[in-house]
Amino acid sequence: MSDVKPIIEMTNIEKHFGSVIALAGVSVNVFPGECHCLLGDNGAGKSTFIKTMSGVHQPTKGEITFEGAPMHFNDPRDAISAGIATVHQHLAMIPLMSVSRNFFMGNEPIKKVGPMKFFDHEYANRVTMEEMRKMGINLRGPDQAVGTLSGGERQTVAIARAVHFGAKILILDEPTSALGVRQTANVLATIDKVRKQGIGVVFITHNVRHALAVGDRFTVLNRGKTLGTAKRGEVTPEELQDMMAGGQEMVALEGSLGGTV
Amino acid sequence: MSDANSSGVDERIKQQSRMRQALIRPELGGICGTIIVFVLFFIFASDSGMFNAQGVMNWSVVSAQFMIIAVGACLLMIAGEFDLSVGSMIGFSGMMIAIFGVTLAWPIWMAIIVTFIMAMAIGWLNGFIVVRTGLPSFIVTLAFLFILRGFTIFLPQVIERKTIIGGIKDAAEGDWLGAAFGGKILTGLFQWFGDMGIIATFERGTRAGQPVVDGIPMLIVWAIGLVIVGHILLTRTQFGNWIFASGGDAEAARNSGVPVNRVKISMFMFSAFCATVFATCQVMEFGSAGADRGLLKEFEAIIAVVIGGALLTGGYGSVIGAALGALIFGVVQQGLFFAGVESSLFRVFLGVILLGAVILNTYIRRIITGER
Repeated sequence: MSDVKPIIEMTNIEKHFGSVIALAGVSVNVFPGECHCLLGDNGAGKSTFIKTMSGVHQPTKGEITFEGAPMHFNDPRDAISAGIATVHQHLAMIPLMSVSRNFFMGNEPIKKVGPMKFFDHEYANRVTMEEMRKMGINLRGPDQAVGTLSGGERQTVAIARAVHFGAKILILDEPTSALGVRQTANVLATIDKVRKQGIGVVFITHNVRHALAVGDRFTVLNRGKTLGTAKRGEVTPEELQDMMAGGQEMVALEGSLGGTV
Repeated sequence: MSDANSSGVDERIKQQSRMRQALIRPELGGICGTIIVFVLFFIFASDSGMFNAQGVMNWSVVSAQFMIIAVGACLLMIAGEFDLSVGSMIGFSGMMIAIFGVTLAWPIWMAIIVTFIMAMAIGWLNGFIVVRTGLPSFIVTLAFLFILRGFTIFLPQVIERKTIIGGIKDAAEGDWLGAAFGGKILTGLFQWFGDMGIIATFERGTRAGQPVVDGIPMLIVWAIGLVIVGHILLTRTQFGNWIFASGGDAEAARNSGVPVNRVKISMFMFSAFCATVFATCQVMEFGSAGADRGLLKEFEAIIAVVIGGALLTGGYGSVIGAALGALIFGVVQQGLFFAGVESSLFRVFLGVILLGAVILNTYIRRIITGER
């Protein structure tokens, strides 16, 4: 991986909200075609960090380098147009709208008839069906409402949408946390497909097993700091779990629970 | 989940019957209601003159009035907001045209244009306050319901010492823009219908020989035009997709780059525009503006939209449905009169059909979103 340049490099990112230091120097980089897992317990700063990456927050200190050039995102639109797409756990899809309307929401294809501009439904429907088939979801039709899809399928539609619109970095914010076992497996398979297309995936989770299933590298955040980045095979699930929880207490807890956590 | 299946078809998804698919179209309720209403009145009121030329024109005009405000209310409701100031806006706009055109003696076209600008500015303000404060539009526009009504009563009393300003017919005589709201089209065709005996003609008096219906009022032309434009805007354009998205889930829409605030504000302005079209047609027809015009119209517009299948919570609905809701409204209101039924029963009917429509819509919503 040494000859490949990272798509995005976040160096010593600090973010303060008033007197609260949410991030105290976090460094993460993402290479094309890798799945970089960002692990951390609740309140570790994962959300703040990805919001900084996706332009929602501006870092108090630190540098962001995007494709070799220093970058400053003023708002999420900057990040989106640069190619950083975020798939939120919730708030990604509108249940009452059809899959194709959702797929092209905000990026509607336009067909011109004279001076008038119309929504090109034919194109939208065709592309939606194609992209969904690639991801392994067979829709009843492009006008099927998103509300009829399962949680995993909705995540997949959101991921397919981001990929179709040229994402270079795909940030997945806890995509599996509300899903069942089968649906989780489907989403993880989707992540694998996306990675193979050369897109850098940032996968946020607090489930070590999900992370180990697809991750190439693992960064653990704890209390706003990075506890280091490990490559696949260099780290055991137990070590990751310990780092996330902050060590000692977890050992005690695990003992009482018989090592099942 | 279906991807786990090599055949590509999830065995747990039942093939949807055509009927069930038709059921999730928002217009369905409106179409059924329209058919039922027409059949009923055909049976019970066909000998009352409801379906001769005059009768048809009678309920068409009333339906068209409802349609004009229903289109605005429909698009706004799909975008996730309400406008309770529609009725007061009708009174206010009519009064402004009268004050500008009669009291200040401006040419009517100028009075109409300035009124439209004022009304849409107020619509913008409604929308701006709603998106900026995050308050429910219900409250913000309720405030404007009172503010606008108050001015509508206050201004003519201060200026003219009365609450009705007349003389607009004379002022609008020969005015091009006045004719676009108060005139009639196809008068030649209707004269020919009269000559051919297709529709009845007056037998006596100054209008002897003229057909009883002498043309299509511009009010109806505006209604049909607004329905067509609204329908195309909603279903066939990028902006239409944004309207659905803003009402379906504003946060998700924002995350996808939809300018939700702009969409909502422009829909408030469109609602005000529709109310002003209504008001202008009305003052051109009556020749006067009254301080009590448009009372309760906001609720009638919302009821028409809900009968037409739109969800009160936004994100779902159809302009055609709203237009059918308005048609049902107009036909029933006038039909009860033709059938000789006590007109107060119209309110009973309204309440019942509103409740029925909302229950049906909730059921349809569950089917679409797969909730149980």
